[in-house]
This record gives sequence, C-alpha cells and structure tokens, in this order.
Amino acid sequence: MELMGISIPILSIVTYIPLVGALAIVFLFPKERTGAIKTVATIVALVDLLVSLPLWFLFERGREGYQFVEKVSWIPSLGADYQFGIDGISLLLVLLTTLMGVIAVACSYTAISERQKEYYVLLLLLQTFMIGTFCALDLFLFYVFWEVMLVPMYFLIGVWGSDRRLYAAIKFFLYTLAGSVLMLLGIIALYFYNTTGFLGYKGLGQPPTFSIEKLTAVAAGMPAELQIWLFFAFFFGFAIKVPMFPFHTWLPDAHTEAPTAGSVILAAVLLKMGTYGFVRFSLPMFPEAINTPWVRGVVVALSIIGIVYGAMVTLVQKDMKRLIAYSSVSHLGFVMLGVFALNMAGLQGGILQMINHGISTGALFLLVGMAYERRHTRMISEYGGLARQMPIYATYFLVMALSSMGLPLLNGFIGEFAILQGAFAVSFWWAFFAAIGIVLGAAYLLWLYQRVFFGEITNPANANLADLTGREQLTLVPLVVLALWIGIYPRPMFEVLRLPAEKIVAAVGGKTVPSPALTRKSAAEEGESTLSRDAP
Amino acid sequence: MKVAASDWFLLSPELFLTAAGLLILSIAVFVEKAKEEFLGFLTLIATVITIGLVALLSGYHGRGAPILAGMFVLDNFAIFFKLLMLISIALTVLASIQFVGRAPYPAGEYYALLLFAGVGMLFMVSGNNLVSIYVALELMALSSYILAGYFKGEIKSTEAALKYFVLGAFSSGVLLYGISLVYGIGGRMGLPELAKLFETQEKSNLLIVGILFILAGLLFKIAAVPFHVWTPDVYEGSPTPVTAFFSVGPKLAAYAILARIFYVAFAKFHSDWGLIVALVSAATMVLGNVAALLQTNVKRMLAYSSIAHAGYALMGVLGFRTEFGLWGILVYLLAYTFMNFGVFALVVFLETKGYAAEAVSDFNGLARRNMTAAVVMLVFLLSLAGIPPTAGFIGKYYLFTSAMKAGYAWLAVLAVLMSAVSLFYYFRIAAAMFFAEGEGVPLKSSYALTAAVLICAAATVLVGVVPQPFVEMLRACVIQAP
Repeated sequence: MELMGISIPILSIVTYIPLVGALAIVFLFPKERTGAIKTVATIVALVDLLVSLPLWFLFERGREGYQFVEKVSWIPSLGADYQFGIDGISLLLVLLTTLMGVIAVACSYTAISERQKEYYVLLLLLQTFMIGTFCALDLFLFYVFWEVMLVPMYFLIGVWGSDRRLYAAIKFFLYTLAGSVLMLLGIIALYFYNTTGFLGYKGLGQPPTFSIEKLTAVAAGMPAELQIWLFFAFFFGFAIKVPMFPFHTWLPDAHTEAPTAGSVILAAVLLKMGTYGFVRFSLPMFPEAINTPWVRGVVVALSIIGIVYGAMVTLVQKDMKRLIAYSSVSHLGFVMLGVFALNMAGLQGGILQMINHGISTGALFLLVGMAYERRHTRMISEYGGLARQMPIYATYFLVMALSSMGLPLLNGFIGEFAILQGAFAVSFWWAFFAAIGIVLGAAYLLWLYQRVFFGEITNPANANLADLTGREQLTLVPLVVLALWIGIYPRPMFEVLRLPAEKIVAAVGGKTVPSPALTRKSAAEEGESTLSRDAP
Repeated sequence: MKVAASDWFLLSPELFLTAAGLLILSIAVFVEKAKEEFLGFLTLIATVITIGLVALLSGYHGRGAPILAGMFVLDNFAIFFKLLMLISIALTVLASIQFVGRAPYPAGEYYALLLFAGVGMLFMVSGNNLVSIYVALELMALSSYILAGYFKGEIKSTEAALKYFVLGAFSSGVLLYGISLVYGIGGRMGLPELAKLFETQEKSNLLIVGILFILAGLLFKIAAVPFHVWTPDVYEGSPTPVTAFFSVGPKLAAYAILARIFYVAFAKFHSDWGLIVALVSAATMVLGNVAALLQTNVKRMLAYSSIAHAGYALMGVLGFRTEFGLWGILVYLLAYTFMNFGVFALVVFLETKGYAAEAVSDFNGLARRNMTAAVVMLVFLLSLAGIPPTAGFIGKYYLFTSAMKAGYAWLAVLAVLMSAVSLFYYFRIAAAMFFAEGEGVPLKSSYALTAAVLICAAATVLVGVVPQPFVEMLRACVIQAP
C-alpha cells in the first residue's frame, strides 16, 4: 500500500499486531494484573481490526491478481520468499478473522478465570498465524503458518477446555497434522516438478520457487496422472481441516471441549482454512485431476454425504455445543458442493457461505457459551422456557439460528441459494440432496430453539437467569449487522469475489469438457447474471 | 612416513584437546571435591579454545587438505562436524557441572574422558582411511563405555556400561571384519584409493558382503534397527548429561563416517546398499516411533525417539546421489544436535531438582513452576516433531526432499506419517507440563545449565526462522564428488 509516497506493508502490519501485543503481554505484565492484560488484549485486537478495515476500502475491485503485495527474499537457497498479498477471497477471510479476533477476546472476560495471561497470549498468537495463512502467497510460508497455527489452538483446547479436553486437543492436533504433512510432500513434489524433476518426471528446469502464482501455472500444466496424485496429497490436508466426511470426527470433540472463544475461532476461521485451501490451491492447480470424473465424483459424494449425514447426526444431539459442531459438518459440506460445482454461482456461493458460516456458527457458539456461563451445562434437556426469562438472548439466538438455516433476508439464504443454483446447473440430484440438507437444517435448529426457549420454565435452575449484559450484546451486534447486510445487500461481497472466482472457474473449466451433463458455460453465465450484475 | 610441518598445524585441535584432557586428569588429583566445578570450567575453556582452533583452520584448507599422507583429510565437511561436536561437548560440560558436582565420584576422570571421546570424534570425521577411522572410533567408543558407567555405585549405570561395552565391542568386530574383507579384495585402505580401484573393478559378492558388514557396524553406532537394542538401556542407565552427549556427539561422528565412507568409497555400488539403507531407515522410524509411544519412562521414550530420528537421518544418506548430495543430512544434524540435546538438558534440570525424571508425571505442572523451562521444552518438542518454524522442520524438510529426489517417495510418505505419530508422545510431555497440576514450588536452574538450554533453544528457533545463512553455509560443507 502506498501512503504519501511511502509504501506501507499493511498486510504484515495486520498480521503481526497481535504477535507484538502477545509479546508485550508476556514481558510487560505480571500474571496477577489480569485486568490490565484483558484491556491490552482487547485494545490490540481492536487496533488490528481497525488497521485491517482500510483493506476493504482500498481494495481495487476491478483489478486482477493479488493486491497489497509484499515480497522479501527469505530462504533463497530454497527459493522461498516472504510474500504476502490478498485477492477478494482472502480479503474477506482476513476481515472475518480480525473481527472474530476482537469477539473472541471480548467473550472471554468472565468465561476464563484462570491462567489468564497465557490465555490471551495464545489467543493473540493464534490470530497472527491465522491472518498469516490467508495472506501468504508463498507456499513455504503458507505451510509454516498453516502448521504453527495448530500449536496455540492445541493449548487453548487443552488448558481451558472442559472435561475431555486432553483427548480432544491431541485428536485435533494429530488429525490436522497427519493431513498437512501429506500436503507437505505434495508441495515438495510440485517444487521438484518446477525445477529438476523427480521420480521419473522430467522437471521444467525453472529456477526454484514457492510462489503460489508461479506454481499454480506450473501445476496446471502437469500430466493428469501426476495431478491426481498431488490433488490427493493436498486433499488430505484440506479435507481434514474442512472437515469433510469421513475425516470429521475430530471436530465435534474439539468444538465441544474448547472454551467458547476457541469454538468461535475454530468454527469461524480455522475450518475456513480447509475450504480456502481447495479454492486457492486444489482448483486452479489441478484442473485435470478435478475434471477427472471419478475424482470429482469422490469429492462431491463426500460433500453430499457430509451434508445429509451431518444434518441427521445433528438432529439427535443432546448437547447444544455438539449439535452446532455437527451442523458445521453439514454446512461445510454445502460449501464444498458449491466449490466443486465449478461454476460461478457455486463458487461464489461457496466462498460467501464460508463467511456466512463464520458469522452464524460463530455467533451460535458465542450464544451457547453465554448460556453455559450462567448454567454450566450444555445439555438441551437442562434448559426450556428461556424465552421468558431471557428475551434479549432469545432474540439474538433466533436471528442467528434463522441465519444459519438460510432464511431469506439473512446471510445464509444468499449463500445457500447460490450454491443450490450452481449445483443444479450441474446435476439435479446434487441440488436435490443439498435441499434435503436445508430441510434437515431447519428441522434441527427449530427443534433446538423450541426445546431451549419455548414452553414453561420446568427447571428451577433456569428461573433466575440474568439476560445478556451490554458487553455480551456488543460481541453479538456486529455479527447480526453483518448477517443482515449480507442478507439484504450482498452485492459488495459478490463484487469482491467476482474476479478471483472468474479466474478460478476459467482455470478449471478451460480444459476439455469432463463429466456427464455438464453445461458449465451456461451455468457460469447464468450464475453471473443473476448474482453479480443484477444482485438484489 | 614423514610428518610434514603443516600436519602438526592441521592437527592442532586434536592435539590441543588431547593435551587438555591429560592436563585435567593430572590437575584433578590435587583438586578438592568441593572445588571440582573448577575442572568443569577448565574443560569448557579447553573446548572453546579448540572450537577457535577449528574455526581458524576453516580458512586454511582448500578443497580438503590431506593430513599424514592422506590418513586424514580436513575439508569443510569435517570442519562442520568438528565444530558441531565440540559445541555438543561444551554443552555437555555446561549441563554436567552441577550434576557431576553432586555425585560422589571424581569429576576429573569424567571431564577427561569426555575430552578423550571428543578427540576420537574429531579424528573420526577427518578419517580418510578405513584403519584411521576404525582406530579413532575405538578411542571414542572406549571413552564412552566408561562414561556410561561413571556412576559406578549404581547398578543401572554399571549395567548400561557393560551392555554398551559388550554390544559395542561386538559391533566393532563386525565393522573390522567388513574392513578386512574390503581390504582383502581391494588391497588398500584409503577411501579415495578404494573409489579409484572400484572405478575399473567389477563388484564381487565378497565385496558386497564386506560393504554390508561395514554398514552394519556403523548402523550399530547410530542405533538403527535392528542394531538398536542397546540404546534404551544405555540411555536410561547412564548419567543423564552423558545420555545427552551420547544422543548427539558420538552419533554425529558415526553419521559423518557413514556418509563419508559410503559417499566416497562405495558410491558406485549404491544399487546394492541403497535399498538396504532405505529399508533400515523405514524400519528404524517405524519401530522407534511405535516403541516410543509405549514408553512410560521419559529417558527410554527419548531414547526411542532418537532411534526414530536415526531413521529419518538415514534418508539423508540416500540423498547423496541427488543434486543436494549430503546437504540434507547436514542441515538435519545441525537441527538435531540442538533440539535433542536441549530435551535431555531439561531432563538433567529436573534431575538436579531431585526428580528421578523417570515418569512423564515428573513434568507435571512445570509451566507453573518455571514457565521459561516449560516454554523452552515445548520449543524442543515441537522441533523434534518437525513443526515449523523450528530448526527441526527445516531439517526434516531437507530430508524429505532428499528422499523424494532420490526416488524413495514411499519412504518420504512413511516418514511424514511417522513424524505425525511422534507428536503424540512428544506432546504427552507438553500436556504434562501445561495441563497437569503439579506441586507449586518454583524451580530454579543453575546458571551453567540455563546457558546450555538457552543456547540450544536460541539455535533451534534461529535456524527455524532464518535458515538461509545456515543452509547456505552447509551447502559449502557437502563433500565434493570424488
């Protein structure tokens, strides 16, 4: 970014403000001064949000490629650079992350009562690593952020989680690590394909690089067989993070055991790393693999199973947090289905739904956390009739539940509609199963709402619950505003996403036409005309 | 054989260290038990001076200066290993000062033996002839056996020494037998001479047998499966600073000669030993990691972990035919030295505080008692598990690339999965430190030990975050193709 002739590395600043804040807390504040630590953590997160906001305004919608690019040589021996930059997709995710950072800090004031210094330090560190992952334009750098992010999350779950936290923490770490080390091999293979070749594949003999832009072009030109191998190497890394069925089993445990802020961050940002990976890497890098019918079939089948199976499992949950956790499996299945529809509507919808899921599910976890703070239980059967006692709480919960189930005028509707449209353009059955997921989604959320909020107060423990405090409402208001904004006027979002999505669709669809009954071209036009130009 | 004047100069580090060892041995007679710390500092100074001497020589040699008519050679490769091994000795001394001071045994012998083992290691990595390598290896090994049994009143320590000696002597025999077979066929001992001979000579079965015997002897020293069984017992029984030393110093020397012998002399027959090394590597990392999962004793767990790391490192030996040559293993060993020593140094720390450091539960609540120690330990554990941005990640990255490039993709896949498995047992310690409740008394570390731990931690982080200067330096240390 240029300001008065001086170039400002704004992405690095946004990325490292939390890190600096964390170090300041470590070295300047003794652990007894919890009040001061909270204040500093909040200020740091707020400053980070404020510094990231100009990105939204300065971002040039009509410009192709990455913006705010920074590049410094890092490990020339390997060809790895310190390279940052964002396009429309990462712009939205960075902003979501900085917003969630503030909310995560603010929702922890009363929920976290011990080892507070470590807690806020870890939360801020996590923030830095997440933003870094979205900004990195160098695969090596990306991988570093991607992996190191697991460490603070592990401790957040392990120290401040509930009963089965040890199990959940190590399961989370091992699952995601196992996936990402396979991705590392994929990265190495890609690197060698670009340089000197490996395993009988003749390399291109180009200078070593990890630049995502360059390697994307290189990867897209690989023979189909190698693309399929590498697609699956990356696939494990991303699919476990998403998480797709059948790699999802870490998610309910991690979500349920994590402290509220941990669940919020996990749902809102961490899961997006997986879908972001598919959009940023898998699609443009391995178009031939993706256009191979069985490969795409596997991914789509797993997405659809995730949607339906996830929703059905959600229905029978007794624990509120676990319920919302399983609903994530279903929602992320939607995102994956949209992305793998490989047309404009599906892809834009999928990306927007990533943001939407962050907003609604993040808010739902916040809300469950607020109930938990009051009652120290998450069991649905313990509640009932809360609407009388906590009307404000009930309202927020309703708005967010409706947003999550995709009611018109709220954000979820826009995303799901676009995804359905994209899926329908490919196959009736894809859209059919996705629609079943939506119906089931309405069922489990409304049923949850009914059990928790309606009826008489049967449990005396609920009789004197205090309604939301001002601070609690403050953490929710931005999410409600965003949900309404995206629901009513999503056009700015689609504008930001259009160019990168077009580029990705072109990259995937530019090849020979693949699987049966695919009318991608018309679907792409249709998606664009309804969504980008004439958006409501 | 005439000894040239320059030989004395090029051998000055070894000569100085020998003299220092003898000096300490003789002064020790006059030093009271209470003032034995002084001997430790003397040893430290001697080691630092030797580091200085090696550093001075690094500017002198060209592409490898022959010493004593080619018995030894001083090239960048040797200089790198010499520096790293001397640093590991200096760290061992730092970690030992308090530990040895509390033990009821004379400290002079301990430090002198450490230096003699060091002399053996220095000669080993310069060895350019099968006989000189063998003699140097024995010097190192004999000193190590005694070090393992330094706590002579304790049964475990004595058992460790005896086991180490019996199995070590056996493996030396195997190595020597292999050398004799190769000599019987080739009629020469020098590595470059052997390479020259093999250029024209066809291989014979007997030669391959000889090569495999040499390989087996060396695999014993780096504790690769199936020659690893001594490791857990020896690591568990030896005094912990000695264990820390064993896990890096002698292993570095063994890797160095393994790489040098097979790269310089037997490169032509790689198709015969390459697959065997790959299989050994696979078996070592699988067995090391799986066995470590099952351990409850920390020292045994870390012993199996270093077995697993030997398996990773062997991938680097396979990489010698690629354009990276031995680059990968050098980067990895740089990382390994600091992270592995650091882990053991923290076990020493707990032991000096009266814990047996046997069970993982001794680490319980360390985060509350000494946050710095817990965080530093976490850094080492992350590095061992290969999580960025630590030295261990950079090291493993280079090893994985070596294996991929050398055509062993299956081995690389196995290695990455195994390093995910390893996280499970490393993080048992992390979980104990940060999650479990412990007694609330703060623990303080001695200055010397703190210095050792912080040096290791700084190196682990620095190599991980700014790897460029280090990897570039190491690129120059790869042995040039003969």
